[in-house]
Parts: sequence; structure tokens; C-alpha cells
Amino acid sequence: MSLSDLFSRKRKDESDAAEGGADSPVFPTKALAKFLSSLNGKSQPLLLDLGPVVGTNVTFFGEELGCKILVENVFKDIDRHVAEGKLDELPAFLSQRLPQEEGSVDGILCWDIFDYVDKKSAEALAKQLVRILRPDGALLAQFSTSAPATNSATYTKYVVIDRQNLQYRPYTAARGKQKPLLNRDIQRMFEPLRVTEQFLLKNNLREVLLRKPSASSHSAAD
Amino acid sequence: MWKRDEAVKPTGPGTPAGPASPAQQTQAPAQPETRRQQMMERDVVNIGKSVVIKGELNGSEDLTVEGHVEGKIELRDHVLTIGPNGKIKAQVFAKAVIVLGEVNGNVTATEKVDIRDGGSVDGDIVSPRVAIAEGAHFRGAVDMQRKPGQSQPQGQGQPQARPAQPQQSQQQQSQPSQPSNVPSQPVSAH
Repeated sequence: MSLSDLFSRKRKDESDAAEGGADSPVFPTKALAKFLSSLNGKSQPLLLDLGPVVGTNVTFFGEELGCKILVENVFKDIDRHVAEGKLDELPAFLSQRLPQEEGSVDGILCWDIFDYVDKKSAEALAKQLVRILRPDGALLAQFSTSAPATNSATYTKYVVIDRQNLQYRPYTAARGKQKPLLNRDIQRMFEPLRVTEQFLLKNNLREVLLRKPSASSHSAAD
Repeated sequence: MWKRDEAVKPTGPGTPAGPASPAQQTQAPAQPETRRQQMMERDVVNIGKSVVIKGELNGSEDLTVEGHVEGKIELRDHVLTIGPNGKIKAQVFAKAVIVLGEVNGNVTATEKVDIRDGGSVDGDIVSPRVAIAEGAHFRGAVDMQRKPGQSQPQGQGQPQARPAQPQQSQQQQSQPSQPSNVPSQPVSAH
């Protein structure tokens, strides 16, 4: 091991500690396995991750699905709008944020992004996600069930440990969680997507898996 | 090779012609070691901090870039290391790519792409193995093709050129592209 390796390891340990890295709590996930199995049959699916870049997640999803992963860190956009005092422009920005073509993405990982935006911004973002999701595609999102106990402004980096477990690594955010969305709001926001699975976890998070109806089922319904 | 060198080495008038002294015996293996190291160093080319290259860079040995490169880098069977001071605005094709500096452009590696702490990539990555360290910056798409033994087809080739801003349509990205067949050209430094 070279000296530079030692230094880089020390730096990594320090940054892990600052972000609550290695000793961050691990929580079970019920929806991730369902999300993965919904994409397993697809040939080279395209996955969109709205969270920060997490190397282990990229490796995990790449190896599990052999997919193409697109990382669009929307949390950073929220931070920038807060810092510039332009939160009122966030809905308009989010409605233009994703350049992907209509029906081009097989799976979307939203993590808990909707907890950090106001209802108008959430609707604008959801509309874009519905647009770019391919028929039969899946969207995984987490929502808080109650207002946060503390007013600490932290995001959470969700690190995939395996299909059943996620490590929650908090890191500094420009704003805290907003008023939690109701189930009814979520369903309306994502129409015509359908909630196929919903899990209420012990840590007060709702994991919601939504699917876009396939073109054939859409026409059959009509 | 070494035996021949020693055989032709002129011996001083007072030097005994018999077996080498213990001191000579211990020094003898150190010499080939040094030469081997020198040869290895010669195999890794270093582009220094002050060098700016605009154009196409092809090579058949490992390369470390600490300077600026704009255009295209192609080291199909070798390792490209972008040092902490390196700034690349180019499409990169190599066997393995290690990023400690800045890359703006698509990176294609046949073995591995490794973005280390402090490294930054703004562009699409195509590689069977991708490692992104904590503290690294990445913006773009990652395409980890499955290995040939696995069930999924290997349809993806190299990505289309990525513009500075990631406003590219997914349809374009998912199109398989042909590997560029560019004849090797000497490095042009400006």
C-alpha cells in the first residue's frame, strides 16, 4: 500500500464521518426487491436516479440489471434554488429539468425527493417523471408519514446494501423536509401511474412503487 | 544478457579473476532491478502539468495525464490515468481509466472506470465495471454492459458524443454506435 493510498483512505474516513458514513443506520426495504424484479425481464433497461451519485448503488444496479444508469441529482437543484432565494422558480425549473424523451426510461429512483419540495414543485416534477417513464416502467419513491420531529436540514443518501437493506447516510441540506404528502395527493400527482405496492416502514417512511400501465392495458381500459 | 556484460567487463590489473566478493554478490541483483524499474517507468508515459494537447492522442502504452487534453484519447489496450491536475475535454477510449482530475466527455473502457475521491466526470461512462468513490463528482449516464456469458445482449457500443450540457435525448444515447477506426497519429502538442 502506497502512502497516497493511506492518505486517500484517511480522507475517505473523514468524509464518511462528516456524512455519518460507515456507522450510519441500516434499515430494511421492502419495495426495492419488487422494483428490481419489475425491471429484471427487460433488456438493458434505462434507470434514472434522482439522488446524489453513490458509487456502490451504480455498481449494484449495473450488476443486478445490466442497465444504463442516468444520474440527475435534483437535490442539488433544490439547494441551488434555496441558496439563490429563487424557490418560487422551482416548479417552472423542474418542469424543464429532465431532458429525456417521452416514454424512454424504464425505472426511476426518486428516493425521498418529494419530501423536500412544496406541493407545486412536487406536481411539476411528478408530471415530468410520468412523461419520461416507459409504459410498464416502475417508479420507486419514499414519503414521510409525519412532519419531522426536529427541524434539522439534512438529506439522506440511500446506499443499497442488498435487495433488502438500505443504509441511510444523512448529509447537509439547504432546507428541511416539507409538509408530508397524503396518499391521495400522491395518487393524483402521479396519474395515470398506479400504486402497485405500498409499505409502511417502522421508521415512518412509506415506500411506494408505481407502475405505468402498458399501452395494451391502456387501450383495453378505453 | 547480464552474464555477457560481466564477461566483457574489463578487470583491473589487481582484481582477482576468481569468484566475486560478497559485496559484489549483493550488488549484482540490484542492478537488473533498477534497470527493470527504469524500463517500467519508460512504459508509463506522463503528460506534465504545463502540457496542453489539442487533437487526437493515440498510444500503445499506459499514460498518465497531468496536463490539459482537448479532443480524443485512445489507448485501447492500456490504462489511462487522469492525475489530480489533469483536465480532459475529450472522448476517452481505454482498457481502464482512473480519474483523479477532471474529465468532460464520454469515457469508454473495456475493463474498468474508476473515479477516485476528488475526481470528476461530466459525461457518459460505458464500461463493464465502474467504481465511483465517495467525494467524487459524476454527472451523466453509466452503461455497464453485461459480460458475454450473461443472458442480456451486448447491444451497447460507445455512446454518442456528449455535449457540454447534458441536454441529449435518451434515444440518441441508447443507439449503438460503431467503434471509431481512426488511424494512429502522432501526439500534437500546442
